[in-house]
Amino acid sequence: MVYAKRFDGRKFDEMRKIEAKVGIIKRADGSAMFKIGDTIAIASVYGPRQLFPTFLQNPEKGILRCLYDMMSFSVSERKRPGPTRRSTEISLVTEKALLPALDLSNYPNTVVDVFIEIIQADSGTRCAGICAASMALADAGLPMKDLVASISVGKVGDKILIDLDKQEEDYEEGSTDIPVAVMPRLNEVTLLQLDGNISKEGIKEALNLAKKGCQQIYEIQKKALKDKYKIFGEGENE
Amino acid sequence: MGELLVKNKDIVVPGEELAIGIDYLPAGGVFREKDKIIALQVGLVNISGHLIKLIPLSGKYFPKKGDIVIGRVTDISFYGWRVDIGCAYEANLSIKEAVSDYIDKRADLSQYYNYGEIIAAEIIHVSGSKIIDLTTNGPSLRKLKGGKIIEVSPSKVPRIIGKQGSMINLIKEKTDCKITVGQNGIIWISGTNPKKEMIATEVIHKINEEAHIDGLTDKIQKFLDKEIK
Repeated sequence: MVYAKRFDGRKFDEMRKIEAKVGIIKRADGSAMFKIGDTIAIASVYGPRQLFPTFLQNPEKGILRCLYDMMSFSVSERKRPGPTRRSTEISLVTEKALLPALDLSNYPNTVVDVFIEIIQADSGTRCAGICAASMALADAGLPMKDLVASISVGKVGDKILIDLDKQEEDYEEGSTDIPVAVMPRLNEVTLLQLDGNISKEGIKEALNLAKKGCQQIYEIQKKALKDKYKIFGEGENE
Repeated sequence: MGELLVKNKDIVVPGEELAIGIDYLPAGGVFREKDKIIALQVGLVNISGHLIKLIPLSGKYFPKKGDIVIGRVTDISFYGWRVDIGCAYEANLSIKEAVSDYIDKRADLSQYYNYGEIIAAEIIHVSGSKIIDLTTNGPSLRKLKGGKIIEVSPSKVPRIIGKQGSMINLIKEKTDCKITVGQNGIIWISGTNPKKEMIATEVIHKINEEAHIDGLTDKIQKFLDKEIK
């Protein structure tokens, strides 16, 4: 069987509906929500603050700590709360995906904590988490060279497509899921994972698709950040 | 010839290109990459001549020498006090900079400043590795007794003080409150009349929210006139 039409009727290069909002958690230093289709991620940033125990401190620059977690009600079968093998891995790759954009050289001996909570999951949670975290870091006023946008691409049946949902990920004739994170201005890839089989040509095509998708996400992230502070820009007209 | 990609007072996000060409110079909050000037933070663009800088709209207080700050004593040691001033690092207040009397080796330092007490202090030095030294030797630098503490965004402190202190003096005069504004966004208010103290608090929150509006001093003056008859 050929995968000719997507389950939800999208085009092969069309992403699900995206919503983004900044400043959702009042007591955090920075926070953001990123929603793509039925996947919702919220991220909160605390810091820079002093890091204890002191042997973890880096006297040259601040360090970044990420914690990714899925809430127990985020999936159809209740997820046992607490860290798992999977969430530990995702926390690590999220940290590595965000670090190239962040410049913490002015904050030696400190830590920036990023907490990512998935409150509703329908595939692409690590990508939604990275998008939310990068907006939250910008909202916290931290110096960044670029934002980070992230999207999953993949192969379902014989088609290369963008933004797989749960149904497509579980496609019986095999599907390949490739989460990609990109710094949109520099056009550099900071995260690339692969689960499944794909040809050399296929991965090139998929990466190009991901880069294109990330540019669209970047525009949404920019708009969300500017909307929070919009009120300041209007001052000159009054 | 350089080209500007943004207008003055535009809001920009990290990674946004502000100008192309080498005749523009980067100042605070921006950096140069090849021939482009790029924003590092979320902020308002401020262009003066060839200089481009960002006024940050969020973020923690960044300590600067000469700033008057308000902080809370968190620890007492043999050589002084540790003070939380709302930034990424705790500040040091040494005995020498705090007290002028003779202090015995085994003296109890808590009789001068005790845990949890609020002090107004000046930053005298910030080292490269971000060791912050404070002093309480100076006019109006002291322990703040009574009153209440409110927090605002550090980036809006200049607006609360106003040009040559016009705004803060107006509030002090109208509400008969003693007010000390820390550059770190912590403000101490103490008034004789609780109602007037409340009005002062309300006014400062109002300024914090409406910091972008032009002619704010006049607006606040009208508001104060209406509230206090």
